[in-house]
Amino acid sequence: MNLSESKDFLVSSGSLKDVRTFSREVFDKINLPQDQKDELVLAIAEAAQNIVKHGYKGVEETSDRMEIKISLEDNNLEIGFYDKGKEVVPGNVQHRKLDDIKPGGLGTFFIKQIMDNAVFKKDQKGWVNHLVLTKKI
Amino acid sequence: MTYKVTEEGNISTVFLSGEIDMDVTEKAKEVILPIVESGKEVHLNLKDVSYMDSSGISVLIESHQKALEKNTKVVVKEVSKSVLKVIMMAKLEQILNLE
Repeated sequence: MNLSESKDFLVSSGSLKDVRTFSREVFDKINLPQDQKDELVLAIAEAAQNIVKHGYKGVEETSDRMEIKISLEDNNLEIGFYDKGKEVVPGNVQHRKLDDIKPGGLGTFFIKQIMDNAVFKKDQKGWVNHLVLTKKI
Repeated sequence: MTYKVTEEGNISTVFLSGEIDMDVTEKAKEVILPIVESGKEVHLNLKDVSYMDSSGISVLIESHQKALEKNTKVVVKEVSKSVLKVIMMAKLEQILNLE
């Protein structure tokens, strides 16, 4: 089955529930085990959270929107995130060491655990960042 | 997210329900941390928490560490399957007091 669906959201922590709802609705159209769907929803929500938390760090409120595009082609799942926040320096995106137990720093770790690959592309038009998560399903 | 707190002796049980993400972590901390600060043992009942992300995990870590500082403990109880999976992904099942 091939599909491609996208939706934009206000950059706000209050949008994260809507991001999950959108993701669940898309994955309900794909024949996948529920556990895997839950993991994929978590990865998407963590990436969206990173945009809100880090891309707009210090910004109290914004009218900016972020776009999420979920595509499936020949069992290759690709999830794109477009935002207009601070430009991400890929080398600076790191999760904390797991044995350094402290709050925070796990979102990127979860994304890396769940997805096969995560790269920032430079092909965005009108956006600042374009993160692409991929996974063979 | 909604919550309910019950008291029995020196144990406060916080029943959380719904989804715990970045949008509600401050609210969760406002409920849990003052009880921990008071030195009481806190039981966090997560039976009705259907979703938790890294922000929610941070609340569990912060509560656990604050409890150690106060010589008390936070016990995480009746964790739903989906939340347990996230706790295990963070490799915290041996760190947090899970029952």
